[in-house]
Amino acid sequence: MIYSLLVVSSPVSGLSSRSAAEFARCAIARGHRIHRVFFLDAGTTAGSNFSVFPQDEADPVRAWEQLHDQHGVELVLCVASALKYGMLDQTEAARYERAAASISPAFTVSGLGQLVDACATSDRLMTFGG
Amino acid sequence: MAEKKRLLIVIRHSPYGSSLAKAAVDVALATAAFDQRVELLFTGEGVLQLMPDQDSQRLGVKNIGRQLASLPLYDIDRVYVDAEAAERYRVNLDAAAVAVERLSPHDMHRLMVAHDHLLGL
Repeated sequence: MIYSLLVVSSPVSGLSSRSAAEFARCAIARGHRIHRVFFLDAGTTAGSNFSVFPQDEADPVRAWEQLHDQHGVELVLCVASALKYGMLDQTEAARYERAAASISPAFTVSGLGQLVDACATSDRLMTFGG
Repeated sequence: MAEKKRLLIVIRHSPYGSSLAKAAVDVALATAAFDQRVELLFTGEGVLQLMPDQDSQRLGVKNIGRQLASLPLYDIDRVYVDAEAAERYRVNLDAAAVAVERLSPHDMHRLMVAHDHLLGL
């Protein structure tokens, strides 16, 4: 089955973002396909390359990076939300004259059309957080 | 893009209490702009988004009521409301920002079952 995930809460608030990453990992292990993970609103902070987590806590950004690196899962941050939360890729950092990109290279920044496409393409759309 | 699927956005947040309120409207407009089928259901605190005569100017944020009023321009004409929640929050639906259809809990269940995707915001 083809799944897409929508993540709307920050990984530092509650467990929904972490649950989404765990869901994706388990779905892939069961032979399903994750078409795309779309991060909206506070969910976009999952892409932060600047967040630092205590050593005795699981790093939620790393969980997403592993899904991308090991399984090619597409991780897309909503551009309108990402800008507000300071989640900039190199293009946006240059456009808005910020010192550096702030997101992990595992993530891309794009528009809501990517969520619309994910709805149209996937058998199931799972929302996490909110 | 693949075959059209029926998307129902279930809106649960008050208009100025969470940025997800505006996010839900943005997703609805984007879905319609890409010529996909989308319908909205306001429930819980989300019914407050339908309050008539919203004025957000001094809050420094966009007026959700005005954005909802633009839904028909995007051919989003299926907008539903949880009638019990609207009653509980005393929202005057006759003067709401956008024309809505009142649903009972039973009707809401049927509406959700009839859609391919539910998106809760």
